[in-house]
Amino acid sequence: MQALTTRVKEVDRKPMNFWERIYLPAVVKGMAITFSHMFKKRPTVRYPEQKRPFSPVFRGLHVLNRDEEGRERCTACGLCAVACPAEAITMEAAERKDGEEGLYREEKYAARYEINMLRCIFCGLCEEACPKDAIYLTETFTPANFARKNFIYGKPDLLIPNPKTEEAAFAEAKGLNN
Amino acid sequence: MADTPLFKVTIDNITIEVPAGTSILEAARKIGGEVAPPAMCFYSKLKGSGGKCRTCLVEISKGSEKDPRPMPKLQASCRTTVMDGMEVKNITSPKVQDARAGVVEMLLINHPLDCPICDQAGECHLQDLSYEHGKSGTRYEFQRRTFKKHSLGDYIQLHMTRCILCYRCVFTADQLTESREHGILDRGDHAEIATMIEKNLKHDFIGNVIDVCPVGALTDRTFRFKNRVWFTKPVDAHRDCEKCCGEVQLWMRGDEVFRVTARKDEWGEVKEASNGKTGWICNECRFEKKHINDWVIEGPSEVNRHSVISQGHYVGRVKPKETVEEVMDGVKPRIFLQIHEVSEVNKPTVDLSLIQGPAHSNNFVTSNQ
Repeated sequence: MQALTTRVKEVDRKPMNFWERIYLPAVVKGMAITFSHMFKKRPTVRYPEQKRPFSPVFRGLHVLNRDEEGRERCTACGLCAVACPAEAITMEAAERKDGEEGLYREEKYAARYEINMLRCIFCGLCEEACPKDAIYLTETFTPANFARKNFIYGKPDLLIPNPKTEEAAFAEAKGLNN
Repeated sequence: MADTPLFKVTIDNITIEVPAGTSILEAARKIGGEVAPPAMCFYSKLKGSGGKCRTCLVEISKGSEKDPRPMPKLQASCRTTVMDGMEVKNITSPKVQDARAGVVEMLLINHPLDCPICDQAGECHLQDLSYEHGKSGTRYEFQRRTFKKHSLGDYIQLHMTRCILCYRCVFTADQLTESREHGILDRGDHAEIATMIEKNLKHDFIGNVIDVCPVGALTDRTFRFKNRVWFTKPVDAHRDCEKCCGEVQLWMRGDEVFRVTARKDEWGEVKEASNGKTGWICNECRFEKKHINDWVIEGPSEVNRHSVISQGHYVGRVKPKETVEEVMDGVKPRIFLQIHEVSEVNKPTVDLSLIQGPAHSNNFVTSNQ
């Protein structure tokens, strides 16, 4: 029979000889392999202190963007929700009142916006669908939690800090500090 | 009309016999499908409509049996009547396709393209038209014409920036109501739909201007920003109404009635009622009956499978049987998260659809967000 690969090893069913039966040479051989690994380059990093760089296409926790004047970009058009294959996004829209022009960019905005992180599969289709550059997937993992109810992310969890009023928090969220 | 002669007309190599006096557009609609040219201003139920938007341009390659010369220019099919032996090219003519792309570009010159905000998005004829016939870019580099949005009464919202001046609403107001209170002011680039001296529109049937509007210029204020059309479910329903036929389409989500519109046919026009009368509905049905108990539900409306409105609606879906209880000897599956206890959106106790006009920030203050 022709072998499928060159690395095939026939199973040897011969009875073991004396040296094989006392196991010691095999144990020493194994120890030598283990010992040699101490001089090899370590493939792991010490995670919380050391972090690996993210790939440029990494898709992590969502953020709702503001424009340069600190107004919310989202207009609750529902395209992210309709694009979402996991049906994780829901929202309720409201009309901007006079005097709220500094808060919201357009005349309609998302009064409530929720992402169910238990459903979300981080596919990034919401980001692709957004016509207003409002939702982005960041280079952050969704933090672990003990209760399921804490995974329903509302607007306070998702919205990026205001670049005008909360400059320090905005810079941190943007990752400008590190 | 027994004495009306039948004319043979060939549209895109399909021959059909229609009575004399029929327009090419209506003959093409009898064939149906792709052959029918799109129409933004023509409305078969409104006398005098058509001839304004030029989206229905067709090439007439043979005038008639007696005069077989082709017409030198493209003709507006809604206003050109058929002749015996006429040959018309619509989708088979590259000239027509090219002209239509130009017309779409022209219609979009002053259009703000604010579809993410617009309530008409998803059922907008201009959206469909520009997807099918338009180009992705524009060559226009000047400031777009802008107007301030304003309300025509409590029920109708006018966004003049989105208007393409099809005059359908003017004909509706003229033909359905006794006193016409709105019309077009100014001329040319400045022309706008307006009510004289900010007069409210009070007539019982004036709400129908919302249904005839092909774009989002006239929208329902009671539905404004409440939901997107593709998240609501269209349902046929009726009620006994003294003023109108009472046959409507409800746009529902759960048990909430978000919007009431007249039933539309495949060309986006108001359907005839089942008793043969006109399908226009009155303001009371449209704006004031937002409770499920006001209506007798007939069943889900038929929606074109390619429309965004059909998203999430599956025809003939079979749900698999829940087997947990059987296998676990009657023990019900434990639910770890009741979404309505946590989520602030779509609370069962809050009915956004019952708020008069659009929701504002004060409607959301009760939440902790």
